[in-house]
Amino acid sequence: MEVKVKLLILNGIVCDPSNKFEKKADILIENGKIVNISIKSKKRKLNAKIIDAKGKYVVPGLIDMHTHLREPGREDEETIKTGTRAAAMGGFTTVCSMPNTQPVIDSVSGVKFILTTAKNEGIVNVFPIGAITKGSNGLELAEIGKMKGAGIIAISDDGKSVMNAIIMRRALEYSKMFGLPVISHCEDMNLSANGEINEGYISTVLGLKGIPRQAEEIMVARDIALTELTDGKLHIAHMSTARSVELVRNAKKRGIKVTAETAPHYFSLTDEEIKNTDYNTNTKMNPPLRTIDDINAICKGLSDGTIDCIASDHAPHLIEEKEQEFRVAPFGIIGLETMLPLIITKLVNEKVISFREVIAKLTCNPAKILGLRKGTLSVGSDADVTIIDSKQTKTIEKFESKCKNSPFIGKELTGFATTTIVSGKVVMDGGKIVSD
Amino acid sequence: MKLKQKDLLGLEYLSKEEIELIIQTAKPFKNLFTRTVKKVPTLRGKTVVLLFYEPSTRTRTSFELASKRLSADTIGISVPASSVVKGESLIDTVKTIEAMKADFVVIRHSMSGAAHIVSKTISASVINAGDGMHEHPTQGLLDIFTIMEKKGNVKGLNVAIVGDILHSRVARSNIWGLNKLGANVFVVGPATLIPTEIEKLNVEVCHNIDKIINRLDVINILRIQKERQEQNLFPTFEEYSEIFGINSYKLRNAKNDVLIMHPGPMNRGAEISSEVAESKNSVITEQVTNGIAVRMSVLYLLAGGDGGKSETFNS
Repeated sequence: MEVKVKLLILNGIVCDPSNKFEKKADILIENGKIVNISIKSKKRKLNAKIIDAKGKYVVPGLIDMHTHLREPGREDEETIKTGTRAAAMGGFTTVCSMPNTQPVIDSVSGVKFILTTAKNEGIVNVFPIGAITKGSNGLELAEIGKMKGAGIIAISDDGKSVMNAIIMRRALEYSKMFGLPVISHCEDMNLSANGEINEGYISTVLGLKGIPRQAEEIMVARDIALTELTDGKLHIAHMSTARSVELVRNAKKRGIKVTAETAPHYFSLTDEEIKNTDYNTNTKMNPPLRTIDDINAICKGLSDGTIDCIASDHAPHLIEEKEQEFRVAPFGIIGLETMLPLIITKLVNEKVISFREVIAKLTCNPAKILGLRKGTLSVGSDADVTIIDSKQTKTIEKFESKCKNSPFIGKELTGFATTTIVSGKVVMDGGKIVSD
Repeated sequence: MKLKQKDLLGLEYLSKEEIELIIQTAKPFKNLFTRTVKKVPTLRGKTVVLLFYEPSTRTRTSFELASKRLSADTIGISVPASSVVKGESLIDTVKTIEAMKADFVVIRHSMSGAAHIVSKTISASVINAGDGMHEHPTQGLLDIFTIMEKKGNVKGLNVAIVGDILHSRVARSNIWGLNKLGANVFVVGPATLIPTEIEKLNVEVCHNIDKIINRLDVINILRIQKERQEQNLFPTFEEYSEIFGINSYKLRNAKNDVLIMHPGPMNRGAEISSEVAESKNSVITEQVTNGIAVRMSVLYLLAGGDGGKSETFNS
């Protein structure tokens, strides 16, 4: 059988924010690279496999810079294989794996394990994030330099804050040498201790322990101050409150090197959802769902550029872990397969931001923060491409992820990836994973 | 009139009329207690499972007596707190109970929302006997029953709930119920034990009971737990008692007929002085008696009983 190394994506609307390009064009891929983008291609002569993208958007492969793949340690919840399949289904060609696995990825061997497993079993690109501190215990710096050598693209103790300011200072200073951003999970863990949901009217009525917004904001403020002190490179993970957005906006104005992400649930749901669903534990995540004022501020932060990226914070948990009393159920929801439709439904269709702006937050922006040569359709770059049908409407029910802990099950959303291409290879097409 | 829902999960979910129905229906049941035979055959053949994940003497005994005085069969299941995490899941436990064809599941649990989990899982009637810091609806109902019995009406009364409002399911159920019936509700306690945005529940927050005491018709005093001191929610029991404990001196400017209530068990000398607990204004033991009548009413109505017909038990 003839192997077609050429792939031609015809008739789509090519939207590549990295090149400020948005018009109808065809893309030719050869040997895993983008070789040509043209308004009119001579398809007959090319002998290429053709994908007709008529009426669809063709964008650089989406990047999720905040993914919990759970391997090693919790392969019952997710593996690199199933997590990357979920990514491909959601239109992501690249995921960045958070290091809070068991064991924590705080050494070269851990990084190598992720990369090797991803190479053998993953179907999209996986870039590992290493821990800031050994075991993410917040006490001693991990071997950041050696992990950089092995392939990490950022450091984070995600899931926890580095509570000791001097350790965080050292992390910001030390990682500077390697150009690695420090991704900060901002939570004053004394203030948030035993908390379950956002502290406010809903926590009072439901009798659940509150997590005050200030638990996040205090750490956002502290880390911005430490970044100013060290001239380090700070990235705020899963930002959820209005005041956090304001702190980052001001810091950026003052020229401090801070970037920020939010997750789809922080502009899609409020803490009211916990009450409306009678304590559905798929509304339990950390940081918690906030209020409508926060949603409005997050949307404003997205539209004015304060928030650089949207990341999934994909956090699989088993049904039996989630189907427990609210207090003992773990924090987190899956997100890879609902992120794009939530963005299109809640942000693009609601005219919060344009399609092109939002694609930047999923492609060139995270690539720039992490120093990845991804997130672009420039000629010569890796042929990571996502094709999106922005009109397709579906009810959320099935997942490629091993887990189903999503508060969006049963909701009708619009705008899905229809084809995912990694290095010129189609890994998902028409809502199905393409296997070898 | 009949109740619409199959479960009683909280007073938040009941209308004013439904609360009034439960209270009215409880009256003839209470009259039953003065008779030599305190039992009616109303729920004969029905099974009530008392599923208690938290130690409780009075609520459990009260539900058991209420069920037995309605001729239902009861079975108590006590689950140690440790097995919430280690043992069988709550969902599996109640599925098992359902498979044994229980008609009622009365659940007490240390975690908010536990009764909702049970309600979503099984078709039997679920009665919340206290879930975490959320609600304790039958306590709220028996408090309202007691107030109505003594004051004739709830509308327009000034009712203060004093103590650890933050952790109190009794406070939340009282607030919902009293507000629906038109009372003015005050919550009194240290700022550390008043939950965020509670004003949105239409209550007035007060940190100094002296300022409002002369206006109060009812003072409902909550138990203060030693554990809260350990969490730095107040410095010492002694200081708490001095500022928020209800004693005769604090009541010197109170109305003569102010009702003193306490859901029990009491910490005498901490949140309430013995003198006050034993005073003519105290209805604390009557609350216990009323609790049985109210729980009989709830069981009867949830079983599909018609409120108007319970009067026949009076004959």
